[in-house]
Amino acid sequence: MRKSNAFIVCIFLLLVGFTATLIDAGIRRHQAASENESGTALVQQLGLTDLVLFTEARYTRHPSQSDLHSAFQDHPMALEHFPSGSLLLPPQRMQ
Amino acid sequence: MLYFLRKQKYLIDYTLSSLLRRKAKSLGLLAVYSMIVFMLASVTLFSHALRNEAGLMLQASPEIILQRMEAGRHAMIPTDYLQRIGQLRGVKQKEGRLWGYYYDPAVKANYTIMTGGQSETPLTSIIIGTGIARARGLDVGDYLTLRSQNGEAFSFQISALLDDKSELVSADLLLMSPKAFRRVFNIPEGLYTDLVLSVRNPREVITVAEKLTQLLPDTRPILRDEVLRTYDSVFSWRQGILFVLLTGSILAFVIFAWDKASGLSAEERREIGILKAVGWETADVMRMKFWEGMIISLTAFLIGYLAAYAHVFFASASLFEPVLKGWAVLYPQFRLTPFVDGLQLATLFFFSVLPYIVATIIPIWRTSIADPDAVMR
Repeated sequence: MRKSNAFIVCIFLLLVGFTATLIDAGIRRHQAASENESGTALVQQLGLTDLVLFTEARYTRHPSQSDLHSAFQDHPMALEHFPSGSLLLPPQRMQ
Repeated sequence: MLYFLRKQKYLIDYTLSSLLRRKAKSLGLLAVYSMIVFMLASVTLFSHALRNEAGLMLQASPEIILQRMEAGRHAMIPTDYLQRIGQLRGVKQKEGRLWGYYYDPAVKANYTIMTGGQSETPLTSIIIGTGIARARGLDVGDYLTLRSQNGEAFSFQISALLDDKSELVSADLLLMSPKAFRRVFNIPEGLYTDLVLSVRNPREVITVAEKLTQLLPDTRPILRDEVLRTYDSVFSWRQGILFVLLTGSILAFVIFAWDKASGLSAEERREIGILKAVGWETADVMRMKFWEGMIISLTAFLIGYLAAYAHVFFASASLFEPVLKGWAVLYPQFRLTPFVDGLQLATLFFFSVLPYIVATIIPIWRTSIADPDAVMR
Protein backbone atom coordinates (compact mmCIF):
# COMPACT_ATOMS: atom_id res chain seq x y z
CA MET A 1 0.00 0.00 0.00
CA ARG A 2 1.26 3.48 -0.83
CA LYS A 3 2.37 5.46 2.20
CA SER A 4 -0.05 8.30 1.42
CA ASN A 5 -2.97 5.83 1.26
CA ALA A 6 -1.95 4.32 4.60
CA PHE A 7 -1.80 7.82 6.08
CA ILE A 8 -5.23 8.74 4.70
CA VAL A 9 -6.69 5.53 6.17
CA CYS A 10 -5.11 6.36 9.58
CA ILE A 11 -6.45 9.91 9.57
CA PHE A 12 -9.85 8.63 8.43
CA LEU A 13 -9.96 6.17 11.34
CA LEU A 14 -8.94 8.90 13.80
CA LEU A 15 -11.63 11.18 12.37
CA VAL A 16 -14.19 8.37 12.77
CA GLY A 17 -13.11 8.18 16.43
CA PHE A 18 -13.42 11.96 16.71
CA THR A 19 -16.94 11.90 15.28
CA ALA A 20 -17.78 8.98 17.58
CA THR A 21 -16.87 11.12 20.63
CA LEU A 22 -19.29 13.82 19.46
CA ILE A 23 -22.06 11.26 18.95
CA ASP A 24 -21.26 9.62 22.30
CA ALA A 25 -21.39 13.05 24.01
CA GLY A 26 -24.82 13.68 22.49
CA ILE A 27 -26.19 10.28 23.52
CA ARG A 28 -24.82 10.48 27.05
CA ARG A 29 -26.12 14.01 27.52
CA HIS A 30 -29.56 12.77 26.50
CA GLN A 31 -29.35 9.86 28.97
CA ALA A 32 -27.99 12.11 31.72
CA ALA A 33 -31.00 14.39 31.45
CA SER A 34 -33.14 11.63 32.99
CA GLU A 35 -30.42 10.37 35.35
CA ASN A 36 -29.75 13.86 36.73
CA GLU A 37 -33.36 14.12 37.81
CA SER A 38 -32.61 12.31 41.07
CA GLY A 39 -29.74 14.69 41.82
CA THR A 40 -31.79 17.78 40.97
CA ALA A 41 -34.72 16.49 43.01
CA LEU A 42 -32.43 15.98 46.01
CA VAL A 43 -30.96 19.47 45.58
CA GLN A 44 -34.48 20.88 45.53
CA GLN A 45 -35.76 18.80 48.44
CA LEU A 46 -32.83 19.47 50.76
CA GLY A 47 -31.88 22.90 49.49
CA LEU A 48 -28.34 21.76 48.68
CA THR A 49 -25.91 24.43 47.57
CA ASP A 50 -22.60 22.72 46.85
CA LEU A 51 -20.96 19.75 45.18
CA VAL A 52 -19.21 17.05 47.20
CA LEU A 53 -15.80 17.65 45.66
CA PHE A 54 -13.68 18.56 48.69
CA THR A 55 -14.90 17.16 52.00
CA GLU A 56 -11.78 17.89 54.01
CA ALA A 57 -12.79 21.29 55.47
CA ARG A 58 -16.12 23.03 55.85
CA TYR A 59 -15.14 25.99 53.70
CA THR A 60 -14.09 23.65 50.88
CA ARG A 61 -17.12 21.36 51.27
CA HIS A 62 -19.53 24.32 51.12
CA PRO A 63 -17.54 27.14 49.50
CA SER A 64 -20.72 29.10 48.80
CA GLN A 65 -21.73 29.05 52.49
CA SER A 66 -18.42 29.69 54.20
CA ASP A 67 -17.71 32.84 56.17
CA LEU A 68 -14.78 35.21 55.92
CA HIS A 69 -12.69 33.67 58.68
CA SER A 70 -13.20 29.97 58.14
CA ALA A 71 -10.06 29.40 56.06
CA PHE A 72 -7.96 30.88 58.89
CA GLN A 73 -10.01 29.56 61.78
CA ASP A 74 -7.36 28.03 64.01
CA HIS A 75 -5.71 31.16 65.34
CA PRO A 76 -4.88 34.65 64.10
CA MET A 77 -2.11 34.48 61.48
CA ALA A 78 -2.93 30.80 60.88
CA LEU A 79 -2.11 29.75 57.35
CA GLU A 80 -4.71 27.96 55.35
CA HIS A 81 -3.35 24.44 55.16
CA PHE A 82 -5.77 22.14 53.35
CA PRO A 83 -4.51 21.06 49.91
CA SER A 84 -7.83 21.78 48.23
CA GLY A 85 -7.67 25.36 49.51
CA SER A 86 -5.06 25.95 46.82
CA LEU A 87 -7.47 24.76 44.14
CA LEU A 88 -10.44 26.72 45.36
CA LEU A 89 -11.25 30.40 45.03
CA PRO A 90 -13.07 32.22 47.82
CA PRO A 91 -16.81 32.70 47.19
CA GLN A 92 -17.72 35.26 44.55
CA ARG A 93 -19.01 37.87 46.99
CA MET A 94 -15.66 38.01 48.81
CA GLN A 95 -13.47 38.65 45.77
CA MET B 1 -8.41 19.09 -9.62
CA LEU B 2 -7.37 15.47 -10.09
CA TYR B 3 -3.88 16.64 -11.00
CA PHE B 4 -3.74 18.75 -7.82
CA LEU B 5 -4.88 15.85 -5.62
CA ARG B 6 -2.42 13.46 -7.27
CA LYS B 7 0.39 15.95 -6.68
CA GLN B 8 -0.54 16.30 -3.01
CA LYS B 9 -0.52 12.51 -2.64
CA TYR B 10 2.98 12.33 -4.12
CA LEU B 11 4.07 15.06 -1.74
CA ILE B 12 2.59 13.14 1.22
CA ASP B 13 4.39 9.99 0.00
CA TYR B 14 7.67 11.84 -0.10
CA THR B 15 7.07 13.55 3.28
CA LEU B 16 6.24 10.26 4.99
CA SER B 17 9.37 8.61 3.54
CA SER B 18 11.40 11.56 4.79
CA LEU B 19 9.83 11.31 8.26
CA LEU B 20 10.39 7.55 8.37
CA ARG B 21 14.08 8.05 7.54
CA ARG B 22 14.28 9.87 10.91
CA LYS B 23 11.95 7.39 12.59
CA ALA B 24 13.02 7.79 16.25
CA LYS B 25 12.99 11.59 16.08
CA SER B 26 9.62 11.78 14.32
CA LEU B 27 7.92 9.23 16.59
CA GLY B 28 9.39 10.95 19.67
CA LEU B 29 7.99 14.28 18.51
CA LEU B 30 4.59 12.72 17.79
CA ALA B 31 4.49 11.10 21.25
CA VAL B 32 5.43 14.30 23.13
CA TYR B 33 3.07 16.40 21.00
CA SER B 34 0.16 13.95 21.60
CA MET B 35 0.89 13.99 25.34
CA ILE B 36 0.72 17.80 25.48
CA VAL B 37 -2.59 17.83 23.56
CA PHE B 38 -3.85 15.04 25.87
CA MET B 39 -3.10 17.09 29.00
CA LEU B 40 -4.59 20.32 27.64
CA ALA B 41 -7.68 18.55 26.30
CA SER B 42 -8.17 16.59 29.56
CA VAL B 43 -8.13 19.79 31.63
CA THR B 44 -10.46 21.60 29.24
CA LEU B 45 -12.95 18.73 28.90
CA PHE B 46 -12.96 18.00 32.64
CA SER B 47 -13.47 21.60 33.79
CA HIS B 48 -16.09 22.28 31.15
CA ALA B 49 -18.08 19.13 32.00
CA LEU B 50 -17.88 19.75 35.74
CA ARG B 51 -18.93 23.38 35.34
CA ASN B 52 -21.94 22.36 33.27
CA GLU B 53 -22.88 19.60 35.72
CA ALA B 54 -22.68 22.02 38.66
CA GLY B 55 -24.72 24.61 36.77
CA LEU B 56 -27.46 22.09 35.93
CA MET B 57 -27.68 20.51 39.38
CA LEU B 58 -27.47 23.70 41.42
CA GLN B 59 -30.17 25.42 39.37
CA ALA B 60 -32.56 23.80 41.84
CA SER B 61 -30.79 25.15 44.95
CA PRO B 62 -32.57 27.69 47.18
CA GLU B 63 -33.04 31.21 45.81
CA ILE B 64 -32.03 32.90 49.07
CA ILE B 65 -30.28 31.46 52.12
CA LEU B 66 -30.23 33.71 55.16
CA GLN B 67 -27.36 33.21 57.60
CA ARG B 68 -26.96 35.01 60.90
CA MET B 69 -23.49 36.37 61.55
CA GLU B 70 -21.87 36.83 64.92
CA ALA B 71 -18.42 38.47 65.07
CA GLY B 72 -17.94 37.73 61.40
CA ARG B 73 -18.79 34.06 61.78
CA HIS B 74 -21.85 32.07 60.86
CA ALA B 75 -24.11 31.57 63.93
CA MET B 76 -27.39 29.76 64.62
CA ILE B 77 -30.48 31.75 63.70
CA PRO B 78 -33.49 31.97 66.09
CA THR B 79 -36.89 30.84 64.79
CA ASP B 80 -38.42 34.23 65.62
CA TYR B 81 -36.47 35.65 62.66
CA LEU B 82 -39.05 33.85 60.53
CA GLN B 83 -41.75 35.93 62.20
CA ARG B 84 -39.65 39.09 61.93
CA ILE B 85 -39.39 38.56 58.19
CA GLY B 86 -43.18 38.37 58.30
CA GLN B 87 -45.07 38.83 55.08
CA LEU B 88 -42.27 40.22 52.94
CA ARG B 89 -43.69 41.01 49.53
CA GLY B 90 -42.53 38.53 46.89
CA VAL B 91 -41.47 35.78 49.30
CA LYS B 92 -43.34 32.61 48.42
CA GLN B 93 -42.07 30.29 51.13
CA LYS B 94 -39.68 30.46 54.07
CA GLU B 95 -38.41 27.76 56.39
CA GLY B 96 -35.55 26.93 58.72
CA ARG B 97 -32.85 24.37 57.92
CA LEU B 98 -30.82 22.25 60.29
CA TRP B 99 -27.49 21.05 59.03
CA GLY B 100 -23.94 20.68 60.23
CA TYR B 101 -20.72 18.71 60.04
CA TYR B 102 -19.77 15.60 61.92
CA TYR B 103 -16.20 14.35 62.07
CA ASP B 104 -16.05 10.57 62.20
CA PRO B 105 -12.74 9.58 63.84
CA ALA B 106 -13.18 5.94 62.75
CA VAL B 107 -12.49 6.79 59.10
CA LYS B 108 -11.17 10.34 59.63
CA ALA B 109 -13.91 11.73 57.41
CA ASN B 110 -16.27 14.70 57.62
CA TYR B 111 -19.97 14.02 57.07
CA THR B 112 -22.60 16.63 56.26
CA ILE B 113 -25.62 15.98 58.48
CA MET B 114 -28.97 17.41 57.37
CA THR B 115 -32.60 17.13 58.28
CA GLY B 116 -34.41 18.46 55.22
CA GLY B 117 -37.71 16.76 54.53
CA GLN B 118 -37.07 13.99 57.03
CA SER B 119 -39.53 15.05 59.75
CA GLU B 120 -41.41 11.75 59.45
CA THR B 121 -38.20 9.72 59.78
CA PRO B 122 -38.18 7.69 62.99
CA LEU B 123 -35.85 9.04 65.66
CA THR B 124 -33.38 6.18 65.31
CA SER B 125 -33.31 5.92 61.51
CA ILE B 126 -30.95 7.62 59.11
CA ILE B 127 -30.40 7.76 55.37
CA ILE B 128 -26.80 7.96 54.19
CA GLY B 129 -24.99 8.86 51.00
CA THR B 130 -23.11 6.18 49.09
CA GLY B 131 -19.74 7.81 49.91
CA ILE B 132 -20.28 7.18 53.64
CA ALA B 133 -21.56 3.67 52.96
CA ARG B 134 -18.39 2.91 50.99
CA ALA B 135 -16.02 4.45 53.55
CA ARG B 136 -17.63 2.62 56.51
CA GLY B 137 -18.65 -0.55 54.67
CA LEU B 138 -22.33 -0.03 55.60
CA ASP B 139 -25.56 -1.11 53.98
CA VAL B 140 -29.30 -0.83 54.61
CA GLY B 141 -30.21 -2.33 57.99
CA ASP B 142 -26.74 -1.78 59.51
CA TYR B 143 -26.18 0.48 62.51
CA LEU B 144 -24.01 3.60 62.71
CA THR B 145 -23.09 5.10 66.06
CA LEU B 146 -22.57 8.83 66.40
CA ARG B 147 -21.16 10.52 69.49
CA SER B 148 -23.24 13.48 70.55
CA GLN B 149 -22.05 16.88 71.73
CA ASN B 150 -22.45 15.66 75.33
CA GLY B 151 -20.38 12.54 74.72
CA GLU B 152 -23.44 10.26 74.60
CA ALA B 153 -23.43 7.57 71.91
CA PHE B 154 -26.47 7.33 69.64
CA SER B 155 -27.00 4.32 67.40
CA PHE B 156 -28.95 4.80 64.20
CA GLN B 157 -30.24 2.17 61.85
CA ILE B 158 -29.69 2.86 58.17
CA SER B 159 -33.10 2.80 56.53
CA ALA B 160 -31.95 3.66 53.00
CA LEU B 161 -29.03 4.79 50.87
CA LEU B 162 -29.27 7.90 48.72
CA ASP B 163 -29.37 7.30 44.98
CA ASP B 164 -25.83 6.78 43.68
CA LYS B 165 -26.72 8.76 40.55
CA SER B 166 -26.81 11.87 42.72
CA GLU B 167 -23.42 11.15 44.29
CA LEU B 168 -21.91 14.42 43.10
CA VAL B 169 -24.15 16.26 45.58
CA SER B 170 -24.88 13.55 48.13
CA ALA B 171 -21.80 11.33 48.72
CA ASP B 172 -21.17 12.63 52.26
CA LEU B 173 -24.78 13.34 53.30
CA LEU B 174 -26.38 11.81 56.37
CA LEU B 175 -30.08 12.58 56.79
CA MET B 176 -31.85 12.27 60.13
CA SER B 177 -34.97 13.57 61.84
CA PRO B 178 -34.87 17.13 63.26
CA LYS B 179 -35.38 15.73 66.76
CA ALA B 180 -32.38 13.40 66.44
CA PHE B 181 -30.30 16.24 64.97
CA ARG B 182 -31.07 18.48 67.95
CA ARG B 183 -30.15 15.68 70.34
CA VAL B 184 -26.87 14.79 68.64
CA PHE B 185 -25.70 18.39 68.36
CA ASN B 186 -27.41 19.62 71.53
CA ILE B 187 -29.26 22.38 69.72
CA PRO B 188 -32.31 23.68 71.60
CA GLU B 189 -35.71 24.11 69.95
CA GLY B 190 -36.04 27.60 68.56
CA LEU B 191 -32.75 27.66 66.67
CA TYR B 192 -31.98 26.80 63.08
CA THR B 193 -28.71 26.67 61.15
CA ASP B 194 -30.04 29.04 58.50
CA LEU B 195 -33.24 30.06 56.76
CA VAL B 196 -34.26 29.29 53.19
CA LEU B 197 -36.52 31.61 51.22
CA SER B 198 -38.06 31.14 47.81
CA VAL B 199 -39.09 34.17 45.81
CA ARG B 200 -42.03 34.25 43.40
CA ASN B 201 -40.43 36.44 40.75
CA PRO B 202 -36.70 35.80 40.05
CA ARG B 203 -36.20 39.48 39.17
CA GLU B 204 -37.21 40.44 42.70
CA VAL B 205 -34.52 38.34 44.41
CA ILE B 206 -32.07 41.23 44.81
CA THR B 207 -34.78 43.58 46.14
CA VAL B 208 -35.88 40.94 48.66
CA ALA B 209 -32.24 40.43 49.72
CA GLU B 210 -31.80 44.19 50.23
CA LYS B 211 -34.98 44.33 52.33
CA LEU B 212 -33.73 41.39 54.41
CA THR B 213 -30.41 43.08 55.21
CA GLN B 214 -32.29 46.23 56.29
CA LEU B 215 -34.79 44.29 58.37
CA LEU B 216 -32.24 41.93 59.95
CA PRO B 217 -28.87 43.73 59.95
CA ASP B 218 -27.03 40.83 61.63
CA THR B 219 -27.81 38.48 58.74
CA ARG B 220 -26.26 37.80 55.38
CA PRO B 221 -28.31 36.64 52.40
CA ILE B 222 -26.64 34.24 49.95
CA LEU B 223 -28.30 34.23 46.55
CA ARG B 224 -28.52 31.31 44.15
CA ASP B 225 -26.82 33.40 41.47
CA GLU B 226 -23.86 33.89 43.79
CA VAL B 227 -23.66 30.14 44.39
CA LEU B 228 -23.67 29.48 40.64
CA ARG B 229 -21.11 32.23 40.00
CA THR B 230 -18.91 30.80 42.76
CA TYR B 231 -18.88 27.44 40.98
CA ASP B 232 -18.24 29.02 37.63
CA SER B 233 -15.22 30.87 38.98
CA VAL B 234 -14.03 27.85 40.99
CA PHE B 235 -13.77 25.80 37.80
CA SER B 236 -12.24 28.61 35.76
CA TRP B 237 -9.70 29.04 38.55
CA ARG B 238 -8.96 25.35 38.70
CA GLN B 239 -8.58 25.17 34.93
CA GLY B 240 -6.27 28.19 35.13
CA ILE B 241 -4.19 26.64 37.92
CA LEU B 242 -3.77 23.41 35.97
CA PHE B 243 -2.79 25.37 32.88
CA VAL B 244 -0.20 27.24 34.93
CA LEU B 245 1.15 23.92 36.19
CA LEU B 246 1.24 22.67 32.63
CA THR B 247 3.01 25.79 31.37
CA GLY B 248 6.41 24.30 32.20
CA SER B 249 5.82 21.25 30.06
CA ILE B 250 4.17 23.30 27.30
CA LEU B 251 7.18 25.64 27.19
CA ALA B 252 9.53 22.64 27.08
CA PHE B 253 7.55 21.35 24.13
CA VAL B 254 7.57 24.76 22.43
CA ILE B 255 11.36 24.90 22.73
CA PHE B 256 11.62 21.32 21.45
CA ALA B 257 9.27 21.96 18.52
CA TRP B 258 10.85 25.33 17.71
CA ASP B 259 14.30 23.80 17.74
CA LYS B 260 13.14 20.92 15.58
CA ALA B 261 11.18 23.13 13.21
CA SER B 262 13.29 26.25 12.92
CA GLY B 263 16.84 25.13 13.44
CA LEU B 264 17.09 23.09 10.29
CA SER B 265 19.80 20.49 10.53
CA ALA B 266 22.59 20.42 7.95
CA GLU B 267 21.03 17.21 6.61
CA GLU B 268 17.65 18.88 6.07
CA ARG B 269 19.28 21.90 4.42
CA ARG B 270 21.14 19.58 2.05
CA GLU B 271 17.89 17.73 1.34
CA ILE B 272 16.19 20.99 0.35
CA GLY B 273 19.21 22.00 -1.75
CA ILE B 274 19.14 18.68 -3.64
CA LEU B 275 15.39 18.92 -4.18
CA LYS B 276 15.79 22.37 -5.67
CA ALA B 277 18.74 21.25 -7.75
CA VAL B 278 16.70 18.39 -9.27
CA GLY B 279 13.95 20.79 -10.27
CA TRP B 280 11.60 21.25 -7.29
CA GLU B 281 10.17 24.73 -7.05
CA THR B 282 10.16 26.78 -3.83
CA ALA B 283 6.38 26.31 -3.63
CA ASP B 284 6.79 22.51 -3.83
CA VAL B 285 9.34 22.49 -1.01
CA MET B 286 6.99 24.67 1.05
CA ARG B 287 4.07 22.35 0.32
CA MET B 288 6.12 19.33 1.28
CA LYS B 289 7.09 20.94 4.59
CA PHE B 290 3.50 22.07 5.15
CA TRP B 291 2.44 18.45 4.84
CA GLU B 292 5.16 17.44 7.29
CA GLY B 293 3.80 19.88 9.90
CA MET B 294 0.22 18.91 9.09
CA ILE B 295 0.84 15.14 9.34
CA ILE B 296 2.53 15.46 12.75
CA SER B 297 0.24 18.08 14.30
CA LEU B 298 -3.08 16.73 13.01
CA THR B 299 -2.22 13.17 14.04
CA ALA B 300 -1.04 14.38 17.47
CA PHE B 301 -4.18 16.49 17.91
CA LEU B 302 -6.52 13.61 17.08
CA ILE B 303 -4.62 11.05 19.18
CA GLY B 304 -4.32 13.49 22.13
CA TYR B 305 -7.99 14.50 21.99
CA LEU B 306 -9.26 10.89 21.74
CA ALA B 307 -7.07 9.80 24.66
CA ALA B 308 -8.27 12.79 26.72
CA TYR B 309 -11.94 12.02 25.96
CA ALA B 310 -11.45 8.40 27.07
CA HIS B 311 -9.56 9.55 30.18
CA VAL B 312 -12.16 12.09 31.32
CA PHE B 313 -15.43 10.41 30.32
CA PHE B 314 -14.62 6.69 30.50
CA ALA B 315 -11.89 6.54 33.18
CA SER B 316 -13.50 9.28 35.36
CA ALA B 317 -10.43 11.55 34.98
CA SER B 318 -8.43 9.18 37.18
CA LEU B 319 -5.19 11.13 36.68
CA PHE B 320 -6.73 14.24 38.27
CA GLU B 321 -8.31 12.37 41.18
CA PRO B 322 -5.31 12.60 43.57
CA VAL B 323 -5.18 16.36 43.02
CA LEU B 324 -8.91 16.85 43.52
CA LYS B 325 -9.12 14.55 46.51
CA GLY B 326 -6.59 16.44 48.62
CA TRP B 327 -6.92 15.07 52.14
CA ALA B 328 -10.56 14.17 51.75
CA VAL B 329 -11.54 10.63 52.68
CA LEU B 330 -14.96 10.82 51.07
CA TYR B 331 -14.83 11.42 47.39
CA PRO B 332 -17.78 10.89 45.08
CA GLN B 333 -17.60 8.33 42.31
CA PHE B 334 -19.17 10.12 39.43
CA ARG B 335 -19.18 9.77 35.71
CA LEU B 336 -19.21 13.14 34.07
CA THR B 337 -21.61 13.87 31.26
CA PRO B 338 -19.62 14.99 28.22
CA PHE B 339 -20.18 18.61 27.22
CA VAL B 340 -18.10 19.18 24.10
CA ASP B 341 -18.72 22.33 22.13
CA GLY B 342 -17.31 23.69 18.90
CA LEU B 343 -15.59 26.68 20.50
CA GLN B 344 -13.77 24.43 22.95
CA LEU B 345 -12.52 22.17 20.13
CA ALA B 346 -11.62 25.10 17.88
CA THR B 347 -9.59 26.75 20.67
CA LEU B 348 -7.75 23.51 21.33
CA PHE B 349 -7.09 23.02 17.62
CA PHE B 350 -5.83 26.56 17.02
CA PHE B 351 -3.55 26.50 20.05
CA SER B 352 -2.07 23.09 19.32
CA VAL B 353 -1.97 22.62 15.54
CA LEU B 354 -1.48 26.07 14.01
CA PRO B 355 1.59 27.23 16.00
CA TYR B 356 3.51 24.14 14.93
CA ILE B 357 2.69 24.56 11.25
CA VAL B 358 3.64 28.26 11.36
CA ALA B 359 6.86 27.48 13.23
CA THR B 360 7.78 24.95 10.53
CA ILE B 361 6.90 26.99 7.45
CA ILE B 362 8.87 30.22 8.06
CA PRO B 363 12.41 28.79 8.39
CA ILE B 364 11.73 26.44 5.46
CA TRP B 365 10.71 29.38 3.31
CA ARG B 366 13.97 31.17 4.21
CA THR B 367 16.02 28.15 3.25
CA SER B 368 14.09 27.26 0.14
CA ILE B 369 14.44 30.71 -1.46
CA ALA B 370 18.22 30.44 -1.10
CA ASP B 371 20.43 29.33 -3.96
CA PRO B 372 20.66 25.46 -4.02
CA ASP B 373 24.37 25.61 -4.61
CA ALA B 374 24.91 27.77 -1.50
CA VAL B 375 22.61 25.57 0.60
CA MET B 376 24.40 22.35 -0.40
CA ARG B 377 27.82 23.78 0.34
